[in-house]
Amino acid sequence: MRDRLRKLDFIDLFLWIVRAAIVAVILIGTVKTILSNPYTLRNWEDFIIFGIAQGSMYALIAIGYTLVYGVLQMINFAHGEFFMSGIFASTSAVAIPLARAGYLASHPIPSLLLIALCSILISIAISLLTERIAYRPLRHAPRLMPLITAIGASFFWQYYFRGLFGSQVIPFPDIPQLEGTVPFLHTFVLKSHVLVIFVTLVVLVGLNFFITSTRPGKAIRAVAENKDVAALMGINVNRTISLTFATGAAMAGVAGMLYALVFHQVHFFMGFIPGIKAFTAAVLGGIGSIPGAAVGGLFLGLFESLGPSLFLQSLGIPAFNQLKDVIAFTMLVLVLIFRPQGIVGERLKEKKA
Amino acid sequence: MSFFKDLDLRKLPMQLLVASIITLSVSAIGMVELFGGRFVITGLFTMAQILFLGPTAFFAYRAAQEAPEGKKWQGMIKALLLGVGVGLVMVVFVWLAQNLDVRSIFINISPRLINILTFEHAGGATTLFIALVLSALAGGALALVPDKLRNALLVGAGVTLLVGLLSEILAERLRSLFGSQLSSAIIASKALQVVPAAVLFLLVAGISYMRQSGRIGKVGPTLKPSQTKIVRTALISLLLLVLPMLLGSYLTEVTNNIGLFFLMGLGLNIVVGLAGLLDLGYVAFFAIGAYTMAALTSTGHLGLAGISFWVALPICVAVAAMAGFILGMPVLRMRGDYLAIVTLGFGEIIRILALSDLMKPYIGGAQGILNIPKPMVGELALIRPEQMYYVILIGVAIAMFMSTRVRDSQIGRRWMAMREDEDVAEAMGINLVNTKLLAFTIGAGFSGLAGAIFASKLGSIFPHSFNLLISINVLSLIIVGGLGSIPGTLVGAIILVGLPELLREFAEFRWLAYGVLLVTMMLNRPEGFIPSEVIKRELHAGDEAEQAG
Repeated sequence: MRDRLRKLDFIDLFLWIVRAAIVAVILIGTVKTILSNPYTLRNWEDFIIFGIAQGSMYALIAIGYTLVYGVLQMINFAHGEFFMSGIFASTSAVAIPLARAGYLASHPIPSLLLIALCSILISIAISLLTERIAYRPLRHAPRLMPLITAIGASFFWQYYFRGLFGSQVIPFPDIPQLEGTVPFLHTFVLKSHVLVIFVTLVVLVGLNFFITSTRPGKAIRAVAENKDVAALMGINVNRTISLTFATGAAMAGVAGMLYALVFHQVHFFMGFIPGIKAFTAAVLGGIGSIPGAAVGGLFLGLFESLGPSLFLQSLGIPAFNQLKDVIAFTMLVLVLIFRPQGIVGERLKEKKA
Repeated sequence: MSFFKDLDLRKLPMQLLVASIITLSVSAIGMVELFGGRFVITGLFTMAQILFLGPTAFFAYRAAQEAPEGKKWQGMIKALLLGVGVGLVMVVFVWLAQNLDVRSIFINISPRLINILTFEHAGGATTLFIALVLSALAGGALALVPDKLRNALLVGAGVTLLVGLLSEILAERLRSLFGSQLSSAIIASKALQVVPAAVLFLLVAGISYMRQSGRIGKVGPTLKPSQTKIVRTALISLLLLVLPMLLGSYLTEVTNNIGLFFLMGLGLNIVVGLAGLLDLGYVAFFAIGAYTMAALTSTGHLGLAGISFWVALPICVAVAAMAGFILGMPVLRMRGDYLAIVTLGFGEIIRILALSDLMKPYIGGAQGILNIPKPMVGELALIRPEQMYYVILIGVAIAMFMSTRVRDSQIGRRWMAMREDEDVAEAMGINLVNTKLLAFTIGAGFSGLAGAIFASKLGSIFPHSFNLLISINVLSLIIVGGLGSIPGTLVGAIILVGLPELLREFAEFRWLAYGVLLVTMMLNRPEGFIPSEVIKRELHAGDEAEQAG
């Protein structure tokens, strides 16, 4: 017993050293940056707005992880592919033909709505197929198994869509009405960023209404609470789980649309990194909690957009922007190690589904 | 119409839908086109035709199988309907592809694809329709023949198909071993000739049928089990020693790759298969082993020590194991699915760092480390794959020996106990963190060994060689072979690393196939092709309970 305590202490000590080192890097870097002050206020505002826009996308994707986790206690590893499939397919099959016909430039609003609708529907279809084929049969299997099918499904969809639409980066058509900036307070904000933030707000409010006040939303919450009791109350559990996947995928479909508007390109591998980052966001906010996912996404977006300039640059790291993804992944690792219950969330009870 | 009474067609629309979607998909994602030129039997049929006719035959077989006992002929009706259905779908597809501009959206629906689908002649849509109906009927008929005969036919067809696909390489081997006359008699223009194919099919099917009927018993003198074991070990060792001479340069190179992945598989098998820790960042240790080898031995400007391969090898293993220990310490207290994501994150962090300018002065960034010398034996540098083979063989032998011993030891049993149930294992006095750390460290060491040999084999290494796909590849091969099973890992490595190397066209759809394989294995055969006894019992415990209850 004593031997074991000593061992644990050693690991704890190691973890404390890691914590201290990271806090030191962030503090020293930040202080140095603030002292040397290489950026203007305008730069910082740009970083913040970009961070919010990017964070909105993470938030929307993170909701998919959190909803599914809440219901099945399972990490839906293929969620990034739901995000990719919708926008990748509707860019190739809807947006580009519309742009070619000139309709996108002359009627931007109906075309954008159509593209978004296709993106959402395709994401939902892919999510329902994946759930039905790869997850449902394994619902009572050991936890490792659905995780492995999820990885398999993820690779399958990536390369399936690559086969359908090609392996090259496909540019999303430019929409003239969305280019340029609008004045905001005393600065200028890209129109596309305004649209992203606005759409995210509307969608989140809608989702909140759906989950808290409608019958299907209540069914989702009931199933998340206790599947057996929910079934006894006359809720069709399988259908509700499908609905949960579909809701998450619809959010991912919207996020895909916003991604295309901000980054102007789509690619078959585009789901992987945002998927992992959104998962980080979901864990940050406390996995299983919808407001948590939104907050976590926003936080991660801001941190990622400010981080490299705030505390990496002044440490003398060359080409610090290359390490943007390292910041997100490090955050993922750290959060899972130190606060798996999330920054804002309460301690989850150990669920062993 | 009493003939059609109680014909149950309720499942048919779904089967028709799935069969159509699969047939459309293999066409639209470019698989059919890719295999269009690959004849299995010269002048008779191509791999592409198997791809777009196979699903229909399979689902027709499935549909026909469901027909009630005593009314088997109903199966043929279902098969016919299914064939007609898929046939109509495909005819419409061909018509659409010919008359609309779909190529601007779906890049793989090309005129070449349509040519292949219509059997390369005008008005081929009818031929396509007939071919689909016929293959559906063939599938349905297969459900009618007795089990033994069906198995024999399928084994025969499978082996013939495999030989046909690999015939380009076989031809080269036959030429160099027995002369070109024999080779061209059997194989012409990269495919089997008709007569040898028929002979092969009949032979394999015949043997398979006889074996099922038990007509072929044990051949040769009967030996005691211990003697059989010695004889077998001796034969296998001999075969392994002379293998490069039989295989030739190219196949030895493929074997070497299989060996390296087998080595990694053995390590990951300890981590995932025995200890039940899903590690998706396994490539990180491979990279660490490779970079350590590169830094220690390289004669280029990034080389640190310039020591020899043999001195560096144990250091690489130690460094990788150490890295496993250090990375394992913080993460091993977390739950299984979080562990998977964290290790994935670690793998990505290491790859991005290796690519970044931050680490460039030490490990070369995207340009990697060059001029890594080959291993030397005395004065001889092991340059050729046939020479490198023996280095890998020794590595694999050591790793196999170690993992067998560890698996059967008390530590192995602790791992398995932990995999089954952590709480119970802890209650039994197993220190979870230490036990997990040990698995992680040993697994990392194996991976480091593979990485070190890899670096020396290639002579230069780049961060791009160490992406997530390697981890997924290793994971897939141990799952396909059988979690926790050492022979299974070898079979997995041969199937998942060897076959894609040999079937070059396949490389493009390798990851798609892996995805399908991972899902179907988990759904239908989670214990793998060559299951370990323990896992098999565990996974089928429920079935037995059901039968008993």
